[in-house]
Amino acid sequence: KLADAAFPPKLTKVTLFPGDGIGPEISRSVKEVFKAAEVPIIWEEFNVGTNTAKEGSLISKEAIDSVITNKVGLKGPLATPIGAGHVSLNLTLRKVLNLYANVRPCVSIQGVTTAYDNVNLTVIRENTEGEYSGLEHEVVPGVVESLKIITRPACERVARYAFDYCHKNGRKKLTAVHKSNIMKKSDGLFIARCRAMSTEYPDIVYEEATLDNVCQKLAQMPWLFDVLVMPNLYGDIISDLGSGLIGGLGLTPSGNIGFESALFESVHGTAPDIAGKDKANPTALLMSGVMMLKHMGMMKHAALIETSILRTLKEGKVLTGDLGGTATCTAYTQELIDNLYPEK
Amino acid sequence: QRAFSTAAGGKPVVTLIPGDGIGIDVTSAVREVFAAAEVPIEWEVHTITQKNCIDKATGGFNPAAVESIKRNKVALKGPMFTPYGEGHYSLDVLLNKTLKTFAHVVPIHNIPGVRARYKDINITIVRENTEGEYSGLEHEILPGVVESLKVITKNASTAVAEAAFLYATQHNKKKVTAVHKANIMKKTDGLFLACCRETAKKFPNMPFEEIIVDNCAMQLVKDPYRFSVLLTPNLYGSILTSILSGITGGPGLTAGANFGSESTAVFEQGARHVGQDIAGKNVANPSGMIFAACWMLRHIKLDSHASLIENAIWKTFSDGEVLTFDIGGWASTTQFTHEVIKNLGQAPKPKN
Ligand SMILES: Nc1ncnc2c1ncn2[C@@H]1O[C@H](COP(=O)(O)OP(=O)(O)OP(=O)(O)O)[C@@H](O)[C@H]1O
Ligand SMILES: Nc1ncnc2c1ncn2[C@@H]1O[C@H](COP(=O)(O)OP(=O)(O)OP(=O)(O)O)[C@@H](O)[C@H]1O
Ligand SMILES: [Mg+2]
Ligand SMILES: [Mg+2]
Repeated sequence: KLADAAFPPKLTKVTLFPGDGIGPEISRSVKEVFKAAEVPIIWEEFNVGTNTAKEGSLISKEAIDSVITNKVGLKGPLATPIGAGHVSLNLTLRKVLNLYANVRPCVSIQGVTTAYDNVNLTVIRENTEGEYSGLEHEVVPGVVESLKIITRPACERVARYAFDYCHKNGRKKLTAVHKSNIMKKSDGLFIARCRAMSTEYPDIVYEEATLDNVCQKLAQMPWLFDVLVMPNLYGDIISDLGSGLIGGLGLTPSGNIGFESALFESVHGTAPDIAGKDKANPTALLMSGVMMLKHMGMMKHAALIETSILRTLKEGKVLTGDLGGTATCTAYTQELIDNLYPEK
Repeated sequence: QRAFSTAAGGKPVVTLIPGDGIGIDVTSAVREVFAAAEVPIEWEVHTITQKNCIDKATGGFNPAAVESIKRNKVALKGPMFTPYGEGHYSLDVLLNKTLKTFAHVVPIHNIPGVRARYKDINITIVRENTEGEYSGLEHEILPGVVESLKVITKNASTAVAEAAFLYATQHNKKKVTAVHKANIMKKTDGLFLACCRETAKKFPNMPFEEIIVDNCAMQLVKDPYRFSVLLTPNLYGSILTSILSGITGGPGLTAGANFGSESTAVFEQGARHVGQDIAGKNVANPSGMIFAACWMLRHIKLDSHASLIENAIWKTFSDGEVLTFDIGGWASTTQFTHEVIKNLGQAPKPKN
């Protein structure tokens, strides 16, 4: 049709960091599915992380500027060495782009059998400070200290985000998770800010619970919870726990939200044990892509891809190894594409 | 060195600290059962509560209680309440620091008759008990900016690692897994991990592996069978213990013990819950505490009394008639306790 050719639809640019380990494989899968679903975006791809860049320039200025300009990005996992070496790049990105809230929904998926049914939680994690401050030193030989920093502005913005999230998504209850019986001042500050903000949202049930209690109840009766908000480290651990409840890291998406930009990523790491073997499950990154599309207001495309994923998992004919199947990442991706328009 | 002291009559003396909240209910249950089973020990009862702490901010305990534990070397204690908010130091942390009981050991397994998410769990958590995130060192640098110090030392890390490997060896465990977050906390968790690796070298026959704490939390609800002994710094231990008690039936069932360098052993519930919501209502499940007390009896070589009581509890669970509310029953603490006493001398029917 002539009209279309003369006025091609405006394509939105989105930054893509494929990442390390299984990152390139699962990113390829996302690109293929998005292409087949005719999502009107153009990827602006940058290689960041250990397997690409030279020492000292693990992430380029262009890469960061791209997220700032485009305001949205999708990223695969980035490796972080244990015990020594460079600071986590994930952290660097969150800090530089001021992505202050990390949102991780964990929802039971039909067809994926676990010990738990009807899980529907969202973990909202403070993303910029806390135990991840990176401030550590050796006081005397054999004694090391690490600083956990909690600031009032960071508590307030993540608490605000959490209450707004509940409000926008029709969620009923927000649980603030803390350990202020032990960390009285730091977690005490966090909980005080959440509590103060709760008065502005009278229609959302607000409760506070200690970390131990939440862990025990999540492992026993996860349906007791709805949306949870917490400091950095607790959020990291509890969101992984949540993904265990629904079938593992291969399935759970996340979004890092800032005032200016948002970067979506899978919760899992680089999975070095299966990297390069075409075995990874791309669902987590794809679902992160779906979250991204919703964030950008592309609801139809988001629904199209999400439906295909849920259909594929429910049918359970073509599954990757982590879900008990034998399919390669490539074969699973093809199945997703076929399931975009199953009636055809 | 002797592991316990004896009174004039030759009976071992054990310090009993009832604690707060449900501590009162569950330690009374232990005393009733011990009396019925004619356990030959003498209790030396002391209280440690926020009220009788000499200095509320820095601790400074009821000195008689601490002296009693140091003298007897063996104690049974209920959970102790620490109010939220500033000016109150956690009594549990303080007691463990004072007694240098650096290793908190919590074996977690299913109890036949108790409904649980996973069956056949058999995992022990060995957790550093005196430092880490529980250092209690916090300050406000400027208004609205608070710092909290996590302290990790080579001494405590090595001591707890040794305790874990010794436990694993003595109990024929299949491996020790060190839990950490050293990709982010490179120096603190890095030091902890380095100490674990060093210690592992001294136990070449015990397999050793490492796992990042978030991955571990995920695996525990997805595939708990891959773990045997989990060796952790303080906070992660608390988290993982809670998850495990969640998948095996709840916090009322597990026993725990604190071991230290001066051969002191303090036995308590595995999950240190005060349970203020149910305190004094005579509904708490006392079995975790009774199991802890039986573990204590084995520690002071009263194995046959321990077996007698344990069998009575197993029987009560497998009959499944008189159970507390937390595991789906209706019985009060007292009713459950009396059922256990009634079952003394009996054992659960073997499964066929
Ligand atoms: N997308 C995926 N598909 C299949 N299995 C996965 C996926 N992501 C993670 N896993 C598995 O989950 C486990 C944990 O992997 P992950 O990389 O998240 O761990 P990690 O040790 O935290 O790594 P990192 O240091 O990179 O964060 C591994 O066994 C891995 O194979
Ligand atoms: N022995 C027990 N029997 C039955 N329920 C128990 C028992 N121990 C703990 N619980 C339940 O587990 C939950 C957690 O206990 P608790 O309220 O002490 O936790 P907490 O929030 O960690 O308290 P604290 O602030 O003292 O640490 C409570 O709902 C309590 O009723
Ligand atoms: Mg994680
Ligand atoms: Mg508690």
